[in-house]
Amino acid sequence: MKDYATLRDIQDDLARGTVSCADLVKHHLRVIHLKKHLNAFLSVYEEEALKQASFIDHKIKSGTAGRLAGLVVGIKDVFAYKHHPLQAGSKILDGFISPYNATAIQRLLDEDAIIIGRQNCDEFAMGSSNENSAFGPVLNDADNTRVPGGSSGGSAVAVQAGMCRISVGSDTGGSVRQPAAFCGVVGLKPTYSRISRYGLIAYASSFDCVGIFGTNVEDVAHVLEVIAGADEYDSTVSKKPVLQYPKELSQPPNKKYKVACFRETIDSPGLQTEIKKNLLDNLDKLKTAGHTVDALDFPLLEYSLPTYYILATAEASSNLSRFDGVRYGYRSPSTSDLQSLYKKTRTEAFGKEVQKRILLGTFVLSASYYDAYYTKAQRVRQLIRNKMQEIFKTYDFILMPTAPTTAFKLGEHTSDPLEMYLADLFSVLANVAGVPGISVPCGVDGKGLPIGLQILANDFEEANLLQFSAYLMKLN
Amino acid sequence: MNLSKYTAVIGLEVHAQLLTESKIFAADSTAYGSAPNTNVSAITLAHPGTLPKLNQKVVALAVRMGLACHSQIARFMIFDRKNYFYPDLPKGYQLTQDRTPICKGGYVSIKLDGVEKKVQLNRIHLEEDAGKSMHVEGTDETFVDFNRAGVPLIEIVTDPVIRSSAEAYAFLTEVRKLVRYLDVCDGNMEEGSLRCDANVSVMLKDAIEFGKKVEIKNMNSIRNVQRAIDAEIERQIGLLEQGVAIVSETRLFNADTGATYSMRTKEELNDYRYFPDPDLSPVEISEHWLDEIRLSMPALPEELIQKFTTHYKLPFYDAEVLTDTKDIAQYFEEVCKHVSNYKAVSNWIMGPVKSAMNELTLTANEFPVSAVTLAELIQLVESGKISFSVASQRILPELLKNVGTSPLEVAQQLNVLQSSDEDSILPVIDSVVADFPDKVQEYKRGKKGILAMFMGEVMKRSKGKADPKVANQLLLKKLDEK
Repeated sequence: MKDYATLRDIQDDLARGTVSCADLVKHHLRVIHLKKHLNAFLSVYEEEALKQASFIDHKIKSGTAGRLAGLVVGIKDVFAYKHHPLQAGSKILDGFISPYNATAIQRLLDEDAIIIGRQNCDEFAMGSSNENSAFGPVLNDADNTRVPGGSSGGSAVAVQAGMCRISVGSDTGGSVRQPAAFCGVVGLKPTYSRISRYGLIAYASSFDCVGIFGTNVEDVAHVLEVIAGADEYDSTVSKKPVLQYPKELSQPPNKKYKVACFRETIDSPGLQTEIKKNLLDNLDKLKTAGHTVDALDFPLLEYSLPTYYILATAEASSNLSRFDGVRYGYRSPSTSDLQSLYKKTRTEAFGKEVQKRILLGTFVLSASYYDAYYTKAQRVRQLIRNKMQEIFKTYDFILMPTAPTTAFKLGEHTSDPLEMYLADLFSVLANVAGVPGISVPCGVDGKGLPIGLQILANDFEEANLLQFSAYLMKLN
Repeated sequence: MNLSKYTAVIGLEVHAQLLTESKIFAADSTAYGSAPNTNVSAITLAHPGTLPKLNQKVVALAVRMGLACHSQIARFMIFDRKNYFYPDLPKGYQLTQDRTPICKGGYVSIKLDGVEKKVQLNRIHLEEDAGKSMHVEGTDETFVDFNRAGVPLIEIVTDPVIRSSAEAYAFLTEVRKLVRYLDVCDGNMEEGSLRCDANVSVMLKDAIEFGKKVEIKNMNSIRNVQRAIDAEIERQIGLLEQGVAIVSETRLFNADTGATYSMRTKEELNDYRYFPDPDLSPVEISEHWLDEIRLSMPALPEELIQKFTTHYKLPFYDAEVLTDTKDIAQYFEEVCKHVSNYKAVSNWIMGPVKSAMNELTLTANEFPVSAVTLAELIQLVESGKISFSVASQRILPELLKNVGTSPLEVAQQLNVLQSSDEDSILPVIDSVVADFPDKVQEYKRGKKGILAMFMGEVMKRSKGKADPKVANQLLLKKLDEK
């Protein structure tokens, strides 16, 4: 099968009749089977996807097909898809079938995207390596001894390996951008509240974002246009109008950008030398092309990680209370009374990382520590937000590495949680501040492992962010 | 026991289920008595990925109550999560308002032995109800019905300013009257749509510091709240008199024994880890919205009392009785549209109508005699066509039995229509005067009391149909002529 660069190329051929949705689905199914060892998919909806493909092929013939006709999508195991299993990579939702569609999923289906399967991820989206899944780790297709990043590891690998064209993931502290960087694909985390969270299993509600993986910026723009926007089921979603991102992308402004970078990221002691060099090279290229590049001090950067881990775990400890073995999912078979039902169910079915974060969150919310941790972290979050807003008054974008290193070995950081948490050092900032961020592939390191470059923009500046991302990818 | 040495300090927490069609954060019905687990959507059951969506109507109802209680209405509020595990709590937390209650302060006026007291409120806040656990007796099985989970509640919290069970009784009666007037809650304590917990402590009369407080739950009527408080005050004083310290705890009232029993001590209580719910955007109550709510508010009892004493010129007592429930007040006003003697209407409703309602245990809404029909009946009396006693004792019972019949028809059937036309009454008077010449002489000599005998005779001979007023006048004229 032809190697299509973008969805638009596919749709051109679909219109010409030189390819069909059925061909596309069959192609991706072949890759999925071929790359089964990567453990990217938890369920593959083979028959259903084929049936849907032939249905959409009819619609194409009759000229009634939706905007995403021909797009084969995989979804992270955190999105409610009606009548399909949903487990958040956890044993605690054993056997659970969602009775409804997440808003993002509903909008994909309404525009004739074909959902090919459910993707592996860290349990409840908690992790940076996809080693916390109850269904085993996902392997990086660039090097099978290495992790794909997390928590949306399965989603990143699926796009990397060509198992689907687009993956829909979730990004709470970098869970889309960091695996995108590790796998050499594009990963977008839009502005907080840009996409409805209805039907996305909550990890940390005030950070959670629906994110999009693709091989190119244009495909991501198409999907964003479809799934973003107001939703009556999510009171926190923004009512700001959704722009026509693909159209904006096709009309890039011929302007000189003002780009900022942080000294704290460039001089970060944990930063892999090749990534540092890659970043500096890119900054030089931008300067050469006539754009303004300034290095700024951002001393608050080091506080974004602890701020994130306090607030995110606080929210998580409460969000995960509903998994109690009473109404659905796993219930311990050896319970004797109410207390043991809760204790045994949650001890047996939650993984270690999830338990750790629930305990941490419960601690920071407890009456005697609330002000010292939760209240203080909220204040720091506000400070960081204000500072970012101030920077975006002068600069169009902030450029920084997506992660301090390229993909690390499986098991490399599992013994030291703090080292693992440092993998999020550069990605949590966007979630703490609520601004949009994207990771774009920018070459490889000495071992041939993908390097990701991260771009942040001001609230709701996705159109500019996508334009600049496409521009930067062309420079490389 | 020397009760007079002590003062009781009481604070009440009243939960009222709001009269909305759907739940506070989901579209499920709030209907009472549906089959178990039939009003339960994915949101109510806290399925993974669901988010709450605020029902705007609950805000309007809570604001109504706040305005009626003279509270300060929040212009900006959030919901908080109260975290604890229980099978009837689907999300593992209850959405409530900890730091930004929708209404702050305010008061409810009560009257006790003619003395008015303003019971200060601490707050009124919004929250969601939990489901219901049902333990099957004799087994270790428990079933949970989530129909009630997510039903909207307001919690009205008083300051610790109530000093006796009688005050608590008066306060609750007033609150129930208010919620019913405002269509905020049906006020039904037996079905649990109005619930009350009481915090009770006692201290020596001249003490400055409050005693240890005990929370009492499980009282399903206003009367039982009063009984429970009395029992608790007596229990606490008894312990203090014996030198035993009071333990802060939660106690349950047993209506059969009239005593309270320990449920759990406060030390065992949860740390609820309140924090702002990040799934619900903050709610802003705009000036415009507030105005809309104000305009949609039904009149309050105090406003009606004002209207009844000025516009209808009723005595204060009448106004108070007639505004006891909204139904009665509306019924009165409805009747007054057709009758100009408002005091007569008041007498009718406070008298025969109320006693018929009590006898048949009907509310004004359920009363089978329409306002128009009652107005016709009152008119018949007012115009002298029938006497009050005939109207109330003979015609009203007929109207209650045969809904839709007209009072005039009934009067005709019973042959009780009075004659007020002089031509038909005069011959009767003539015959009575002619038959008792000696009595006429006694009257002339100044024994005016004999008039009653003449009137009695006239009414007897006219078979009660003569209008007494007209007959009286004609009789006086006749006697003075002689």
